[in-house]
Amino acid sequence: MTARKGKKLAGKVGFAALLLVFMVFILLPIYWCLVTSFKPSAEITSKEVTYWPKIFTFVNYAEAWTRSGFSTYFKNSLFIAVFGVVFIVVLSVLTGYALDRFKFKGKNVFMLILLCTQFIPGAMLITPIFIIFKNLNMLNSLFALVLVNTTFHFPFNSILMRGFVGGIDYTIEEAAQIDGCSRLGAIRHVLLPVLKPGIATIAAYGFISCWNEFLFSFMFISKQAKLTLPVGLKNLVGEFSINYGQLAAGAVIAVVPTLILFSYVQKNLVGGLSSGAVKG
Amino acid sequence: MRTKIKAGKKDWMPYLFLAPAAFFILAFLAYPLATVFFYSLQSYDVTKIADKGFVGLENFKDLFQDDIFFRSLRVSAKWVLVEVISQLVLGMILALLLDKKFKGRGLYRCIVFFPWAISGVLTSMLWSLIYNENIGLLNSLLKDLGILSNNMAWLGNMKTVFKATAVAEIWRGIPFFAITILAALQNIPADLHEACVVDGATGFQEIFLVKLPMLKDTIILTTLLRAVWEFNNVDLIFTLTGGGPSYRTTTLTMYMTNMSIKNGNYGYGSALAVIAFFVLLLFAGIYLKLSGYGKEDA
Repeated sequence: MTARKGKKLAGKVGFAALLLVFMVFILLPIYWCLVTSFKPSAEITSKEVTYWPKIFTFVNYAEAWTRSGFSTYFKNSLFIAVFGVVFIVVLSVLTGYALDRFKFKGKNVFMLILLCTQFIPGAMLITPIFIIFKNLNMLNSLFALVLVNTTFHFPFNSILMRGFVGGIDYTIEEAAQIDGCSRLGAIRHVLLPVLKPGIATIAAYGFISCWNEFLFSFMFISKQAKLTLPVGLKNLVGEFSINYGQLAAGAVIAVVPTLILFSYVQKNLVGGLSSGAVKG
Repeated sequence: MRTKIKAGKKDWMPYLFLAPAAFFILAFLAYPLATVFFYSLQSYDVTKIADKGFVGLENFKDLFQDDIFFRSLRVSAKWVLVEVISQLVLGMILALLLDKKFKGRGLYRCIVFFPWAISGVLTSMLWSLIYNENIGLLNSLLKDLGILSNNMAWLGNMKTVFKATAVAEIWRGIPFFAITILAALQNIPADLHEACVVDGATGFQEIFLVKLPMLKDTIILTTLLRAVWEFNNVDLIFTLTGGGPSYRTTTLTMYMTNMSIKNGNYGYGSALAVIAFFVLLLFAGIYLKLSGYGKEDA
């Protein structure tokens, strides 16, 4: 009996130890970035590396926000993400609805195409898309980035949305139509309110994806006033003497909105994926 | 079975709903993809604009004499294998841990899934602060533990750069597998666990003989999908190492990106993209076959 108890205890200790190792591995980079962002630059570059700031300062944040232009980058990223979300949500509701509620010719082919878009890397299409927007005179336009982000992120979200729409019984729309609503009216007044949690999830995914987009912003935008956060951060590294304090502060500024949104969606992430995002 | 709207007078309606989606796909995916094939047969180099024009398969001929191209294929293969295997194994362990019931599970889940939401660029910023030769956490920790005596430039050293970059991406990739496998684990009925207890199966037996076989489909599909994404990965490598030093981290996708962004050689870059396209087509074919996609009403 005691051997069995011992085994159980060993199992518990092993479990806790393993979980601890994962937590440390995941949190260490985030911790180090936070700590660095609150150190004065003399402490960051001193030979004695400190694991906790000796002097606690907000100077890096203030300088990143004002002098290094992170307030502008933040605004630009916000613009791209907000408009990207609007486009992505509208497209995925339309596409998801059509793919779940209608029976029509070419439906499976369309599903297949949506799925295949997940295999195409942005890096492959950078040059041709660059040329398209150059011809449209839309380089240095944040709206061009909205269009590109929408293209790369609505297909996955449409497949998700198809699942959300499928989870709602069609009879409620039918009832509204019998009561004299048009098809579109039924969608607007009956389906959309019930679909809110699904829409919120997709909006959060879309926001995170657009907020994080780097390659196209890097390629399309050359004007300082139009840069986005990821590109602004990257440019900070390109300078001759890197200001690590500002880099860390900038990284924290860029990551906070995504982590807040992520905490909000992560609960239904597990549920949403199990109901068929990976496998239609 | 849900009622589906029958085709009739309004059978144009679904196409109307899909029109915007079709527009985006045609304008910004299909058309650009077609031009990649077109440019791959052209000489199109911004530094030698006078030579612009049709050259047939010249770009591909050059490709087969390009050592860096072959090296990038090997780096790509190594990168995809190392990433997918490590992420899968670690993600699975994490999922099994988080599937147990314990206090504060929700909070732990939220924290260990964080990297999922962090972009490649930000990941590389976080890890460059760790790997930095002078101010980095890694050198300092290893010196304090007595493992290292001199500071290392982890990203500047040819021997360590691949491993260092790989660890940063593994960090970002673990949550993907942990989340999807956890989702699949929760679909396993609870009475199966009870049956295991009744039959006297040990925890390991339950995991390896009962749970893993049930996760087979999920694991195969997520692994394939992740392999494609890792093959396509550029954000992190581009910002962390730029493909260097001496092409140690130049994957095929990275080489393609540098050719377009840094060198401005669109023709040659497009030829590389065509090769990448066929590699991806192979992946996609296997994925679609295994997932049973495209079958009647999948």
